Amino acid sequence: MPDADHRIYLLAGAALFAIGFYSLLAQAHLLRRIMSLNVMGGGVFLVFIALAARTPGVIPDPVPQAMVLTGIVVSVCATGLALALADRVQAATGSVELEDDEEAGDRPVPRPDPSADRKDTHSA
Amino acid sequence: MIQRVSLGGLSLALLAGLSWAVASLPAAPTGLTAESLGKLPESGVTNPVTAVLLNYRGYDTLLEVGVLLLAIVGVWSLGRGEWPESDLGDRPLLMSLLRVLLPVLVLAAGYLLWIGAFAPGGAFQGGALLGGALVLMVLGGLARRVLQRDRLVRFGLALGVLVFAAVCAATTVMTGGLLQYPAGSGGTWILVVESAALVSIGLTLGLLYLGGRPRDDR
Amino acid sequence: MTAAWAIASLILLPLAASALAFAFPRRGRWLALATALTTGVAVVHLTRHVITAGVQVHRAGGWGAPLGIDLRADGLGVLMLLVTSLIGLAVSLYAQSYFTAHEPDRPRETGGSGRESDPSAGEKSRSRLASAAANRPGREAEALHRERYFWPLFLFLWTALNALFLSSDVFNLYVTLELVGFAAVVLVALAGTRAAVTAAMRYLFVSFSASLFYLLGVALVYGQSATMDLPSLAATSRPGPTLFVALALMTVGLIAKAALFPLHFWLPPAHANAPAPVSALLSALVVKGSFYILLRLWFEAFPALLTPAVAQLFGLLGAAAILWGSLNALFQTRLKLLIAYSTVAQLGYLFLLFPLAAAREGGFAAWSGGLIFLGAHACAKTAMFLTAGNILHAAGHDRIEDLDGMTHVLPVSVFALGLSGMSLIGLPPSSGFAGKWLLLGAAIAQGQWWWVAVILVGSLLAAAYVVRLLAHAFTRVGEPGMPNPIPPVMEGTALALALLAVAMGFASHWLAELVRVGAPVAGAMLGGGATP
Repeated sequence: MPDADHRIYLLAGAALFAIGFYSLLAQAHLLRRIMSLNVMGGGVFLVFIALAARTPGVIPDPVPQAMVLTGIVVSVCATGLALALADRVQAATGSVELEDDEEAGDRPVPRPDPSADRKDTHSA
Repeated sequence: MIQRVSLGGLSLALLAGLSWAVASLPAAPTGLTAESLGKLPESGVTNPVTAVLLNYRGYDTLLEVGVLLLAIVGVWSLGRGEWPESDLGDRPLLMSLLRVLLPVLVLAAGYLLWIGAFAPGGAFQGGALLGGALVLMVLGGLARRVLQRDRLVRFGLALGVLVFAAVCAATTVMTGGLLQYPAGSGGTWILVVESAALVSIGLTLGLLYLGGRPRDDR
Repeated sequence: MTAAWAIASLILLPLAASALAFAFPRRGRWLALATALTTGVAVVHLTRHVITAGVQVHRAGGWGAPLGIDLRADGLGVLMLLVTSLIGLAVSLYAQSYFTAHEPDRPRETGGSGRESDPSAGEKSRSRLASAAANRPGREAEALHRERYFWPLFLFLWTALNALFLSSDVFNLYVTLELVGFAAVVLVALAGTRAAVTAAMRYLFVSFSASLFYLLGVALVYGQSATMDLPSLAATSRPGPTLFVALALMTVGLIAKAALFPLHFWLPPAHANAPAPVSALLSALVVKGSFYILLRLWFEAFPALLTPAVAQLFGLLGAAAILWGSLNALFQTRLKLLIAYSTVAQLGYLFLLFPLAAAREGGFAAWSGGLIFLGAHACAKTAMFLTAGNILHAAGHDRIEDLDGMTHVLPVSVFALGLSGMSLIGLPPSSGFAGKWLLLGAAIAQGQWWWVAVILVGSLLAAAYVVRLLAHAFTRVGEPGMPNPIPPVMEGTALALALLAVAMGFASHWLAELVRVGAPVAGAMLGGGATP
């Protein structure tokens, strides 16, 4: 089979990966971000399969096929975990979007007595 | 808006880089087809993908079965699952469908397990069918009592990993190599591992659908 | 024990133990300790083999690369395994008491029920105590639940780390990376607080997408070279666009997982909100796993692609991490966040290894220095996080400002804090000092003066935030009420690790000799490289 056929699939896989990546960063809804991860994964698997199909001979290369099988299983596990975790996030925060980064200094834990003579600290 | 544009630019750059890489791939790839097919007679199976998955790169599959168990342990640690509301008495159509579908699925899963040595199939494929059957049971309200038998379910989930690890240890004892099956018996060992894995994979996938612990831990 | 058995045990024992810990939840503590001891024995044997007989290779399945998967143990791998065993043992001991000894690892909103400093708050605190007592059975059940899941998850993480450090196959490394990532995410979420769950969700997004970047890179590597074995890649791969892009993809993924600036944003909330033993595991081991893979890829598999420009870029990002992390640590109000930002900073030092070890000569000094620093940081950071766990348990909060006089109440823990701070700053004779000294020496010898400046500034900043922390602990003003006693094993393990972090400095020559075995840098053969 001419190479041109398989290049389409390789490029399609790359495009899926890029689309999934964009969506992961641009979307805020947790469920859509999880789906973006799946799209990215799908792109990677497509690249693997296209690589397997490129090889000459009657039987396509079995090694990338086995790798895709492993990858799919890992992807299913990740999705299952992510969905359960997203459910917990919603239960804990009431929102289906991740809150803005609290890493910079974190919301200060409320003081026992805000009016007492404590040094004024600021969160970075 | 600016953020979206820059993200779009970033993704396009990613796509461009990937296209460049793809275009530069060697024109005449060989892959590992020749090696896999060459060693096939020694592997104990005739399906090259199964040979790769459970013999040549069986160590990867060991870790992969571990990932499955880890996922279900993780999901269980996060909280209780939600049982769907279902009263099969009101839904005769669903019940008759299940009556036909469930045995077929279980049978097909076993078939896929067996045929995996010779044709496309194997533990993961069969396990997926079993998982689907379990999901149907959960949806139909049939699985609740069974899945709440905590010790049994935990053992079923852990079975794949434990058997696979035991086989690894046994092969190390017998031949001195991790997962190095003694000559001629590869097919049998693979079947043992796959059978245990089938049960675990089916249970795991079905329970992942449930999304949490089937019952409170005692 | 043969090398093959040692390698097999290191992977199979924790794996089986984790499955058993899930099937028999009440046996978790015992299983973890048994694993710690048996894998410790295996690691010691493997080290012996590597020192006496050189790099050990085990062909899984007997096939050999490129068709099969090879497991290799060289100096670098064995060092990582040793560190993993050590931290694993410490955490196994610590966590025996941690979960059930006290209430969940969350800073109480109002600063602990023991404070009587404000009379008008007395009424509120009395009623809070009453409701706390009523909730006690629920909270105890919750703590038990947390512990029952901790053990299998912890043992999975251990399996994955051992498998990662023994693997010589880029796809196998992907599977181990995923295993490590998932275990880490779930362990973070185990704390159950809103902050922990949010941090875990963010961590999962970063971790999984980074893994997919890595996997795409693996696909391109396979498409180009038809092998996934590291030494085969070194032998047969020709630099070109495909490999360049593949390596770039893999590097981006691994950098995100290793929390190198600027992809470090997920680390502080995750490490700060996880339960204390989990934070220790994350900072000490998990992030190092991705760094280790980066070393393998750039130094072993594709050394031709490690141009000076790339090496300097790594160093630049490392320097940015040091400065950004240290400055942020300086202004933190919560202890665990301070320690987490300190991790971001200290990881930057590791990336200085790239420009310094890639040099044409004298690279081995930097190589050994960076790795000694890695081990030092693992011990010191674990000790710090375990101590933070002790303080959080005793005081009910981890606000630095309100830790005044802590040393009167928890002298052992504060001592551990001081010792580990000493290693972080890099004061002699700690191993942190040994690592930094070797890096400095390499930088000076190679004329890369700018890294000297970075290391010195970084050490000064580290001194600043450590001293600030200790200053509060050592003041004589006020004595915080400590309602919760701490089991001695919790303080003991923290102290032991802190002492080790300092004492390891004396063993630095032996460590350098260990990592010399199979080191892929110039000057590794005896006779080259500078040693102090």
